[in-house]
Amino acid sequence: MTEKLWPLYEVFLRPRNGLAHKHVGSLHAADDEMALQNARDVYTRRGEAISIWVVPSKAIIASAPNEREALLEPSTEERKPYRHPTFYDIPDEVGHM
Amino acid sequence: MYTQALSTERPAAVSGPAEDPALLARFQARIDAEERIEPMDWMPRAYRQTLIRQISQHAHSEIIGMQPEGNWLTRAPTLKRKLQLAAKIQDEAGHGLYLYSAAETLGVSREELVGQLLSGKAKYSSIFNYPTLTWADIGAIGWLVDGAAIMNQIPLCRCSYGPYARAMILICKEESFHQRQGYEIMMTLARGTPRQRAMAQDALNRWWWPSVMMFGPSDKDSIHSDQAMRWKIKRFTNDELRQKFVDATVPQAQYLGLSVPDPDLRFDAASQHWLTGPIDWDEFWRVVKGDGPCNKQRLELRRTVHADGAWVREAAEAFAEKRRARRQAKAA
Repeated sequence: MTEKLWPLYEVFLRPRNGLAHKHVGSLHAADDEMALQNARDVYTRRGEAISIWVVPSKAIIASAPNEREALLEPSTEERKPYRHPTFYDIPDEVGHM
Repeated sequence: MYTQALSTERPAAVSGPAEDPALLARFQARIDAEERIEPMDWMPRAYRQTLIRQISQHAHSEIIGMQPEGNWLTRAPTLKRKLQLAAKIQDEAGHGLYLYSAAETLGVSREELVGQLLSGKAKYSSIFNYPTLTWADIGAIGWLVDGAAIMNQIPLCRCSYGPYARAMILICKEESFHQRQGYEIMMTLARGTPRQRAMAQDALNRWWWPSVMMFGPSDKDSIHSDQAMRWKIKRFTNDELRQKFVDATVPQAQYLGLSVPDPDLRFDAASQHWLTGPIDWDEFWRVVKGDGPCNKQRLELRRTVHADGAWVREAAEAFAEKRRARRQAKAA
């Protein structure tokens, strides 16, 4: 029997409640359930997580680095400083705001 | 566990059309500004090839590194030691897998990388071509080999390639356990019976020089260190890392009451460094080129295990197929 190439999955862990899942790496598995088991074995040998997500890598829709300027540059602080609190001068006498 | 052969070969051969000088300059500027490079970013072909080779050699080293340790798993002196060693070996497998996935982000497939190891085309750290003759070797490996690995790997946590740096952070957290369990084994033996002390000394005698050599050839003979430094893949030269290791380790040997097998070893008050005698680079090259005590055995076992594990992979696929079919039947 010739071996099939197993799909790639991205692994995300939630270290504890209150924190978001964070990407830690990837792995190959024959199906979704085995991906979850493999993620447990490979990425959580020391209680690193209370919850695991695995996502087929091909399901992730990513922005391209060369489109960064067009896509994301318009929202930077340099371009739209007025969206940030420090843009506004409030006299000290007013107190914390 | 560790990557070393890195600077023992010619730079990765890279062919193809010349790359845009503007892109090259921008890439180097990003590196100089300590920006991290991520998988989808533009990078020079030689940078990509160098990383694929380094990361995959590192992964292969972790995988082969399980063998010398596995040799003593069933003969560990106590259940506690056996559990510790099993956990360490499991970590080595995990490290190999973190690193293979980091290498894959550069556009090379897992099958290709594993194929390079099995065919003998790829190198791995030559330290694993030495045999583990006694239980004390398990202590010496944890203390010296993992100690050397940590020296080498901590700067790699700041490597310019993001996925490699992140894998190294995971690995470094775990290596610390490896080194401490090894040193504790050495302490137990060093405080034991005369025969146990002799065993500890014998292990130090055999593992000292190979560990010192793990940092690769001396800077004056290192072929592509400069480029790797410019790309911030490497942050310290081989000799700098080696010196750090020797300075850290000699006092640890003294604490154990063991003697480092180097008659020329001396503390240089002016530089505040421990200076070693001459290193036998002929031996280093012999082992790198395939003539170490266990090169053949390591590779053969790796091939056997891979072939013997085929049924497990086939069973996993059959089971996945069954689950898919069942789900489809239910949906229909």
